Amino acid sequence: MATLQLREALRRAMNEEMRRDERVFLMGEEVAYYDGAYKVSQGMLKEFGDKRIIDTPIAENGFVGLGVGAAMAGLRPIIEVMTWNFSLVAYDQIINGAAKVFQMTGGEYSVPMVIRGPNGAAENLGSQHSQALESIFAHFPGLHVVSTCDPADSYGLLKTAIRDPNPVIFMESELMYGYKGEVPDEEYLIPFGKAKIVREGTDVTLVSWNKQILNCERAADELKKEGISAQVLDLRTIRPLDEQALFDAIGKTHRMVVVQEGFPFAGVGAEIVARVTEGAFDALDAPILRITNRDINQPYATNLEQLVMPSVRRIVEAARAVVNR
Amino acid sequence: MADKVEVPEVEITKEQLLGWYRQMVRIRRVEELAAKAYTLRKIKGFCHLYIGQEAIAVGSHAAVDAKDDLISAYRIHGQVLARGGTAREVMAELFGKQAGITKGIGGSMHMASKKLHFWGGYGIVGGHVPLGLGSAFAHRYNESGQISLTFFGDGAAQQGAVYESLHMAQLWKLPAVFFCENNYYAMGTSLDRQSYLTDMSRRGDGVGMTRWQFNAFDVVDVYKNVKAAADYARSGKGPVILEGVTYRYRGHSMSDPAKYRAEGELEEKKQKSDGIELAADRLRDDFGVSDADLAKIKVEIDEEAQDAYDFADNAPEPDEDALYDYVYAPAEVE
Repeated sequence: MATLQLREALRRAMNEEMRRDERVFLMGEEVAYYDGAYKVSQGMLKEFGDKRIIDTPIAENGFVGLGVGAAMAGLRPIIEVMTWNFSLVAYDQIINGAAKVFQMTGGEYSVPMVIRGPNGAAENLGSQHSQALESIFAHFPGLHVVSTCDPADSYGLLKTAIRDPNPVIFMESELMYGYKGEVPDEEYLIPFGKAKIVREGTDVTLVSWNKQILNCERAADELKKEGISAQVLDLRTIRPLDEQALFDAIGKTHRMVVVQEGFPFAGVGAEIVARVTEGAFDALDAPILRITNRDINQPYATNLEQLVMPSVRRIVEAARAVVNR
Repeated sequence: MADKVEVPEVEITKEQLLGWYRQMVRIRRVEELAAKAYTLRKIKGFCHLYIGQEAIAVGSHAAVDAKDDLISAYRIHGQVLARGGTAREVMAELFGKQAGITKGIGGSMHMASKKLHFWGGYGIVGGHVPLGLGSAFAHRYNESGQISLTFFGDGAAQQGAVYESLHMAQLWKLPAVFFCENNYYAMGTSLDRQSYLTDMSRRGDGVGMTRWQFNAFDVVDVYKNVKAAADYARSGKGPVILEGVTYRYRGHSMSDPAKYRAEGELEEKKQKSDGIELAADRLRDDFGVSDADLAKIKVEIDEEAQDAYDFADNAPEPDEDALYDYVYAPAEVE
């Protein structure tokens, strides 16, 4: 068992898959000679050369679309976006292209492609660099959406993503690239659609993913002091969604709080509330509450930003509210 | 500076030209019957006809290899037929039937065939051009010796995705041919009203790409120009952007009566530069083919097109149990 940073775990997954399969290549802004904007691809140019580790011009629409085409031609592109905010320049290629090619060609062409990069707020980056965009990709059939920051999970899920025959939206976290975790030495893959119970509890389930899992764990520590036993469920993949894990959780704790970065309106949290309400209404002892970004574009100043984001305090208050109802 | 490419004259045999003539007549006749079916509501949705532009599809497909990848936009019935798709599978797709080339899922705008290396049609104007770039990238990566040929229109030439694709193809000297079919109308907006530069091959100038414009009414002209471009791209010298000047006889789609045209414009084009008539002239003048022989081809094609129509009309609808089968591709067997 080695202790790896998130960026190291991601790199290990890519390195192994590139050694295993000649069709895999990595393309994006600053992935090669700069060693990656966040050093995820550090050293990869040296091992694989500039045929397979490719710096691009700043032209997301073009190079994401290139990835779609290269995948249709049988290659296995990993396209890095410097942040998911920039992927919006290429949204057409992802939504109208990658997500639809397999179906609209009647199964003639598939798009085995990974698009990966950091998602969600870091610190003080303002409106255009702080968004969490899971919901606007998970909306579309044809895409898989992974969002995680645990090093061991990220390693296993990225390997699955690279081998998957479909386009995978793989969301990492800028703040968490240096986050360390134990990663087993042997090779393993983690299937999509399997949530993970990070902490067992009996009174309330805190459902989240990616870096908000850490806030949920801190909230669970706080709640424990008050005698409230909180379970933390990490979804890991948003699409496919592990519906059964949600039903099992509500069947056990009967109360749930969803903690989601990003805006509340039509967010992933709303989908979870709808699914659990539709599928397990009788198990509910309280309404499911959502803790999300407040419904406002990200301000720059630290105090304002902290007001906007999900926080331990807000999660604790929501958990108390559903438990003490 | 971009290279100047000489387009060599080519020797065309009687059999080649007869084949191309037959193919152009097939495209036109299948689409005329499609138009009829559309008015009867047997074909629904959007239906963009290629009539008038047949020489481009036929000449281009003859000029490239069977393993080169081709991709086009939403005006593709003629492209699929030229690439080797059958009248039956094209018509059945238009009718929304299981026997269609994309199983009735794709429709008029999305006909694809891996066997034909035809990546299909694409409904987002200009959005498919990066995919053609990706194909060229893959051919270079695999050292396959193949190229990609990407068709787009004068309307699509304004899209940023097209510029980005041209630029990356040139930056990396990829084996790609980009072919702008300039039919003078971006939907209903005429070329001079929607483009400052009206020679669309000049989109290549800003990225230093080899480029030229040519009249694409005569199938032999299309063949020799595309062959020269494909040979250049295949040789590793880099991509080419071509503009073929053409003209569309019908509206943008079946719902467009095309009232925006100048008076007499359509009639003049039909008289002076109809691809099928130009090929017929060559067959008569250069190869001594009789009017009777040409008429016989038309009769045979009429029968083939009618057969396709009847086949499509009577074919079963798509399998409802398979509704979800094409959302996600199944895992590769290792």
